[in-house]
Amino acid sequence: MGSIQLKGVRKDFGTVAVIKGVDLDIKDGEFVVFVGPSGCGKSTLLRLIAGLEDATGGQVLIDGKDVTEVGPSERGLAMVFQSYALYPHMSVRKNIAFPLMMAKTPKDQIDAKVAKAAATLNLGDYLDRRPGQLSGGQRQRVAIGRAIVRDPTAFLFDEPLSNLDAALRVQMRVEIGELHGQLKKTMIYVTHDQVEAMTMADKIVVLDKGAVAQVGSPLTLYNKPDNLFVARFIGSPTMNVLSGAAAAKRGAASIGVRPEHVDVSTTAGEWKAKVRLAEHLGSDTFVHADVEGAGQMTVRREGEAALHAGDTIYLTPQEPRVHRFDAAGLRVA
Amino acid sequence: MATRQGQALGRLAVAPAVAALAAWSIVPLALAIYYAFLHYQLDNPDNTFFAGWSNFYYFVTDPFFAKDLFNTVALVLLVLAITIAGGVLLAILLDRPMWGQGIVRVMVISPFFIMPTVSALVWKNLMMHPVYGFFAHVWRAFGLTPVDWFASIPLLSVGIIVGWQWLPFATLILLTALQSLDLEQKDAAQMDGAGTVDFFRHITLPHLMRPITVVILIETIFLLNVFAEIKVTSVGGLAGNLTYLVFSQLNDANDVGEAAAGGLIAVVLANLVSAFLVRIVGRNLEA
Repeated sequence: MGSIQLKGVRKDFGTVAVIKGVDLDIKDGEFVVFVGPSGCGKSTLLRLIAGLEDATGGQVLIDGKDVTEVGPSERGLAMVFQSYALYPHMSVRKNIAFPLMMAKTPKDQIDAKVAKAAATLNLGDYLDRRPGQLSGGQRQRVAIGRAIVRDPTAFLFDEPLSNLDAALRVQMRVEIGELHGQLKKTMIYVTHDQVEAMTMADKIVVLDKGAVAQVGSPLTLYNKPDNLFVARFIGSPTMNVLSGAAAAKRGAASIGVRPEHVDVSTTAGEWKAKVRLAEHLGSDTFVHADVEGAGQMTVRREGEAALHAGDTIYLTPQEPRVHRFDAAGLRVA
Repeated sequence: MATRQGQALGRLAVAPAVAALAAWSIVPLALAIYYAFLHYQLDNPDNTFFAGWSNFYYFVTDPFFAKDLFNTVALVLLVLAITIAGGVLLAILLDRPMWGQGIVRVMVISPFFIMPTVSALVWKNLMMHPVYGFFAHVWRAFGLTPVDWFASIPLLSVGIIVGWQWLPFATLILLTALQSLDLEQKDAAQMDGAGTVDFFRHITLPHLMRPITVVILIETIFLLNVFAEIKVTSVGGLAGNLTYLVFSQLNDANDVGEAAAGGLIAVVLANLVSAFLVRIVGRNLEA
């Protein structure tokens, strides 16, 4: 079992409220991603769940049991850190075995568990090396191995891929996804990268300034953002937000249109615009355009669009895909 | 300085410094070697002649030589034990955030700035004096007979004084090493269920092994030559080391030749020890 509940969890550092009362329900076996810009409190929230920080208020429940006052090692959770936090003077074998040694597990059981974890993570050949002799991806695997051997109720990942290069990041992303499929354990994953969030999560928790902005599946957040913050944060390139006449016409304080939901014409359309820059990626073309009376917009065209700086184009939003927000930035149904 | 011309210019520019340094170290050494082979006593300087290896022979067969050689090693080991054990402890305490940290740290460092003669005098007269000393008061407060430090345990007494002086050095190096310990490692160890003792044994101590070897190396080189503390506390006869024996040959026996020979023996011993240590430390730093 591995359900985790947060009830009104608060964290203040002095007079600064870092986590402003978070309620959250994580079901057993779910892959939950905490995402948000830096400083939104996502890592602090993870550390509160881990027990590495004391909550100022509220409760943390694991499998229905209040663990708010319980120490980190007794919560049955395992954590993978951003810097991997391997013990540099110990061999890979000892690193993975360390939590078992601390739990006074018999030696033969330790050996069996370490061997099993090493096999799962393809670390067999590296068991007698030191962390300093491993590549970034291998170190990452050792850190995950150290988490696996404890057979935790849930895994916590604190931006585990941010120190890897782009290609390795994609590979490790897939590996962690596969690991989740294999172990079927609850995983909480913190990242600032919305692509990681969208690709890995069953459920995304978007955090903004220490509060939950929205909780939902990746496509819910994409299709029905509750507020402007989520609308802007999820999706790449970021959503175009317009106010003024275009919004008033649709009965909203501001409207949002994703770059992929704008039709482009060279003859007629709702907004006349001038291409400022066209980025040709092959698979897509990102067009940055200055719209008359509405400011800048980004438009995404599939394939190789024949558009260049200086061209005059007409843009029309796909009406069902237009998101409407009120003056407070909340979604208007 | 990648070009050949640049290298030549560079060599020319450092030549005066190299020459001065060479003169500084080689001239005294050459003189010591010269004197070591002379029968040269200040009591009778007219009767000076080439004496072969006899000065070395007399120094080594001196009744004090074996004892002072032992004292030299014992003192080094004693001070190393005091400074490393105390240094690790102090560094861990000072690493914790506390009120007045800046001032406390400066105070901990301060013994290092006190001249050896001064600190030896202070310890001799204010701390360890069998009648007026602080320790004597403490002992009497508990109804015990005060210890006559320099008469009954001279080597330990000198060791405590020198240890007190070198404690800041060890603390400073170990503290900076502690501060480079990755904070996420502390978190990880906490998640892994390591208590305070386990954390110290499995994480902190291995992390400190390198700086500890550096402390051992540097301190040993200086501690082989402890002199002021022995001289000031007048324990040379009981707990003198080789440096003190050289001094007494020159000062008490007025025998320049034998003192120079003793000095050379001490130099050779110190170099042997440091070469040995440098090798060990070097291996340790590479790993």
